[in-house]
Amino acid sequence: MDTETSGAPLMMTQRTANRGETEMIEPQAIPDAGPTGASNRLEVSDLSIYYGDFRAVEGVSMEIEARSITALIGPSGCGKSTFLRSLNRMHEVIDGARVEGSVRLAGQDLYGPGVDPVEVRRRVGMVFQRPNPFPTMSIYDNVVAGLRLNSKRMRRSETDVAVERSLRGANLWEEVKDRLDKPGSGLSGGQQQRLCIARATAVEPDVLLMDEPCSALDPISTLAIEQLMLKLKQDYTIVIVTHNMQQAARVSDRTGFFNIEGTGKPGRLIEIDDTTKMFSTPAEQATQDYVTGRFG
Amino acid sequence: MTATEQTLTSAVSPSGASPLTAQQLSRASRVGIASAAVLIGLGINAVLGEVRWGWVVAIAAPTFVLLTYVASRLVEGQRRAVDRVAAATATMAFLVVMLPLISVLCTVISEGASRLDGTFLTGDLRLTPEDLMAQREGVAAGGAYHAIVGTLIITGLAAAIAVPLGLFTAIYLVEYGKGRLARAITTMVDVMTGIPSIVAGLFAYALFILIFGPGSRTGIAGGVALSVLMTPVVVRSAEEMLKLVPNELREASYALGVPKWRTIVKVVLPTAIAGILTGVTLAIARVIGETAPLLIAAGVAQSSNYNPFDGRMTSLPVFTYYQYVQPGIPTDAGVARAWAAALVLVIIVAVLFTVARVLAWILKPAGLR
Repeated sequence: MDTETSGAPLMMTQRTANRGETEMIEPQAIPDAGPTGASNRLEVSDLSIYYGDFRAVEGVSMEIEARSITALIGPSGCGKSTFLRSLNRMHEVIDGARVEGSVRLAGQDLYGPGVDPVEVRRRVGMVFQRPNPFPTMSIYDNVVAGLRLNSKRMRRSETDVAVERSLRGANLWEEVKDRLDKPGSGLSGGQQQRLCIARATAVEPDVLLMDEPCSALDPISTLAIEQLMLKLKQDYTIVIVTHNMQQAARVSDRTGFFNIEGTGKPGRLIEIDDTTKMFSTPAEQATQDYVTGRFG
Repeated sequence: MTATEQTLTSAVSPSGASPLTAQQLSRASRVGIASAAVLIGLGINAVLGEVRWGWVVAIAAPTFVLLTYVASRLVEGQRRAVDRVAAATATMAFLVVMLPLISVLCTVISEGASRLDGTFLTGDLRLTPEDLMAQREGVAAGGAYHAIVGTLIITGLAAAIAVPLGLFTAIYLVEYGKGRLARAITTMVDVMTGIPSIVAGLFAYALFILIFGPGSRTGIAGGVALSVLMTPVVVRSAEEMLKLVPNELREASYALGVPKWRTIVKVVLPTAIAGILTGVTLAIARVIGETAPLLIAAGVAQSSNYNPFDGRMTSLPVFTYYQYVQPGIPTDAGVARAWAAALVLVIIVAVLFTVARVLAWILKPAGLR
């Protein structure tokens, strides 16, 4: 994918934005240097996420720097996964989901009028908790699934290049290069997860979201994925949700702590700061209690 | 020593432990119980008069269960006894269910095989006077080629209508449908499942009168009648299969920026295709043996008709029915043709199942084989 297509506007049609009379969305005016550019930062301002009448997440504002790893931690049910999914509009898969506030990727509002969620997801990829390679496809086809299913006409030589690049990028090439035509589901859990990462990076997104990518894996595989994340950070903006605080401390540059007051209450972002500070001298007592293991 | 103390000591010293082994009913004693049950069955029959095997089985089976329970209860204890009773009952239930299947297969093969010859597979029912004379002499005459062709055409048409219709309905219900419309469709599919087949035939007959004029009976009308019966079966089975596709796969596809329709076509359907195929085959098997609706909608013909839009068309079940009701002279010839037609129908269904199995295996995702 060249910079021109990856930098394409998210807008399907250009029209006046609803919020703010004067605000005109002019995608062409926004500079975007593609995956290698530095402008792929995410700005979330006052984001609340609803499922029907239920407010799952309330008033989250944060800035996620390009080419860094941001970890989101917090107790179960505090809305960190929901928040993560709202960053590429995956939460909309559930009926009645909606948001208030805005999420901007390189200056463009992901929830602006006329924005196509499909286009958003091409720019913001995702890796899930449980490895989910397509069972009908070989390892090779899994990697190029994103390219093929987006109905791009690609020559075999081009996909060969993309497969090798993505698998090398996911530290999986050496292990599978001799059995690319075998089903992806025949790999081990850790290999499957790296295959899923290769699949996500093959479409060259700007941002990579990871929803507890190691929680179903053994320590060795977890280490492999963590090393991979540190490598991927050179090219991608990574946001990871994790229950493993050591993992957050090991890999992330910044850490955000989510908490919930009680059942039925919305989750909130308590604080977000540099990881070293969050794990040594956080500003909030709740964060201190959580990272030292006093609750959660 | 109290019971608690006993368990405590037994946990410490293996010598006082309750044994992990238990007495079991030996194979020989179980065979003995079974023989005794049969003998009791025979004995009661003999005492009451003539020995009828149905009655022997009807008495021996519950006697066997009862004796097994008592013996096992005495030797092995309560839990084992219940286990043996459950196992015996389940095995008997299985045998009872298998009985009609095996009986039907044996009868159809033994009665039908004699007339399953070249004449039967290539000829039709336009019998010349010479044929009729020969038939009186006991020479095989007449065939069901026209009925085989009719069955294939009518069922093919029914499948061509019902499979896309049912599959698209299932896709709508699983992937898109929500709220009142989806609930209404689900209810209507349920209601459709319960439509008596003859009503479906009447519907198709009435429908095609509007198109081809009064009294018309055609292959396509038969196909439509069968498709009415087939569609809900396809919807139901395809729906179940699509629901089995994990949501994670859909999400994985969406997260790659793949539009919903492409996700359905390229990820969901290939994952479910093996099950859908099996469901379609079952639906075809369900309608291929229908008689009543075709009697009304497609009528009866004595010779081959390859055009489903003009003229009557016979299918194998209708052929079988008429050969049995109006066998001609001598009656044996007609009845033999009826059996042979039934056998051909069974063979067609068997071939269909085999093909579907093979196809399903080939299409099944390599990772799930």
